[in-house]
Amino acid sequence: MDQILDLHPEDFDVTVEPAVTRKTLNAYLRDTGLWFPVDPGADASLCGMAATSASGTNAVRYGTMRENVINLEVVLADGTIVHTAGKGRRPRKTSAGYNLTNLFVGSEGTLGIITKTTLRLYGIPEATVSAVCSFASVQAAVDSTVQILQAGVPIARIEFLDDVMMDACNRFSSLSYPVVPTLFLEFHGSERSLEEQVNVTEEITQSNEGSDFQWARDAETRSRLWRARHDAWYAAQALRPGCKAYSTDVCVPLSRLPQIIVETKEDLMESKLTGPIAGHVGDGNFHCLMVVDPSDPDELHRVHLFTERLAR
Amino acid sequence: MSGRVLVGVKRVIDYAVKIRVKPDHSGVVTDGVKHSMNPFCEIAVEEAVKLKEKKLMKEVVVVSCGPQQSQETIRTALAMGADRGIHVEVSGKDYETLGPLQVSKILAALAKKEDAQLIILGKQAIDDDCNQTGQMTAALLDWPQGTFASEVSLEKDGIKVVREIDGGLETIKISTPAVLTADLRLNTPRYATLPNIMKAKKKKIANVKPADLGVDLTSRLEVLRVDEPPQRQAGMKVETVDDLVSKLKDAGKV
Repeated sequence: MDQILDLHPEDFDVTVEPAVTRKTLNAYLRDTGLWFPVDPGADASLCGMAATSASGTNAVRYGTMRENVINLEVVLADGTIVHTAGKGRRPRKTSAGYNLTNLFVGSEGTLGIITKTTLRLYGIPEATVSAVCSFASVQAAVDSTVQILQAGVPIARIEFLDDVMMDACNRFSSLSYPVVPTLFLEFHGSERSLEEQVNVTEEITQSNEGSDFQWARDAETRSRLWRARHDAWYAAQALRPGCKAYSTDVCVPLSRLPQIIVETKEDLMESKLTGPIAGHVGDGNFHCLMVVDPSDPDELHRVHLFTERLAR
Repeated sequence: MSGRVLVGVKRVIDYAVKIRVKPDHSGVVTDGVKHSMNPFCEIAVEEAVKLKEKKLMKEVVVVSCGPQQSQETIRTALAMGADRGIHVEVSGKDYETLGPLQVSKILAALAKKEDAQLIILGKQAIDDDCNQTGQMTAALLDWPQGTFASEVSLEKDGIKVVREIDGGLETIKISTPAVLTADLRLNTPRYATLPNIMKAKKKKIANVKPADLGVDLTSRLEVLRVDEPPQRQAGMKVETVDDLVSKLKDAGKV
């Protein structure tokens, strides 16, 4: 079941079977100028992403799986095959009937097994610009995020790394970023709109005393700028060799984000735990990557208690 | 040095497709199979477009030899930034026997007709792996060649090419006009974005027949048979190193 079926470039939709991964689909689509932007990080199976309602760094602009699955073919426990939006249907929107598609998206296999997914595609952006900016405090970084969104900048990715994570990344990738809360940004659009987006964003970060605003247009420099963010998971683990990383995933309204990050960091210090923070701050979502020594039961216990408090 | 770059692109079976041999062993199945631009040709187009963006070359003309569908490949190159295309129509039996010798004759004729300063090709096609067209084209034109290029810089007195060779990297300087063939690490080709694909629809693709260029398409090669690679045999586990040595001796490998 590894086929890419029914591509309709003018309707911006395609249907895939479970073995098709995100990268395979995007490689297949490259001649059409279309892509599927939901990017949870790994090269995941698209039907799997539907089953887990995957999100990722692009969600702030392109949405999560919930917004981008148009139809599903699902096999229920008794063998019945269901097409959640109707067999062969791929309307861009509908007001008819129950939203069964989104019932199954995120159901993680508890309601049925997804055997086909019809996905919403987007045009590959004409140009991309990446930027990095440092801030004196978490509050300043989050304030900037809120203001960028309020200014109507259609930002494609906005990622937050705290000082512990920046330190880890510097060490792991031999970089020399300032060890302070940092935002990693990416803009998509036409050449002209990019100029405007970058200028507006730079003004906002400056008004929040952001410093070291660097941006890049060509693929190689952009990769370099974003390396810190890409390597974050490994950098976190490398902080304490021999330890494993335990990822947490929390989502709160944007206005509560500075407070919860600050409280989380205080909790981490009191519990004597190592937990660099990275997050999709445009959605109010952050991951605290707990780096744990698997052979230390006391630490494991503290991590469990911490994550319970975090969830609350 | 300003002028025209001719880029050759080939329409091949997409690299991600699982290739199947036809039941009559005369070739591989191509009907209904996804095709796209040869990956090395994408790198060649990218390099040519970069030269134009740096204002080192004035015009990028992309050429493809093949049936109607080759025009799709030319359109992709136009969406990547090429200025205009030339479709050399070759179909049917002629297309089945089309190989580096015929293509290089076509490219040589076009280079003269279009007064090209530079020809950039992919180092080889992923379907036949010939790695001959660039070299033959240079020979027919009596132009210098910079093959397996991983770095190209245009200088006042020629082109500096860093070539990927078995021993490492070799740097040469060649005079223009010249033929270059692109290797993997020359650049990372850009995606054809949707707005650019739309814009490319307005760019011109000229139609040319090989006869118009005075090229004879007769092939000197005949494909006798195409087979799949032999099935991989199951391995076996052994308990000790002595076992391994005796088994290798039995199989005549040692």
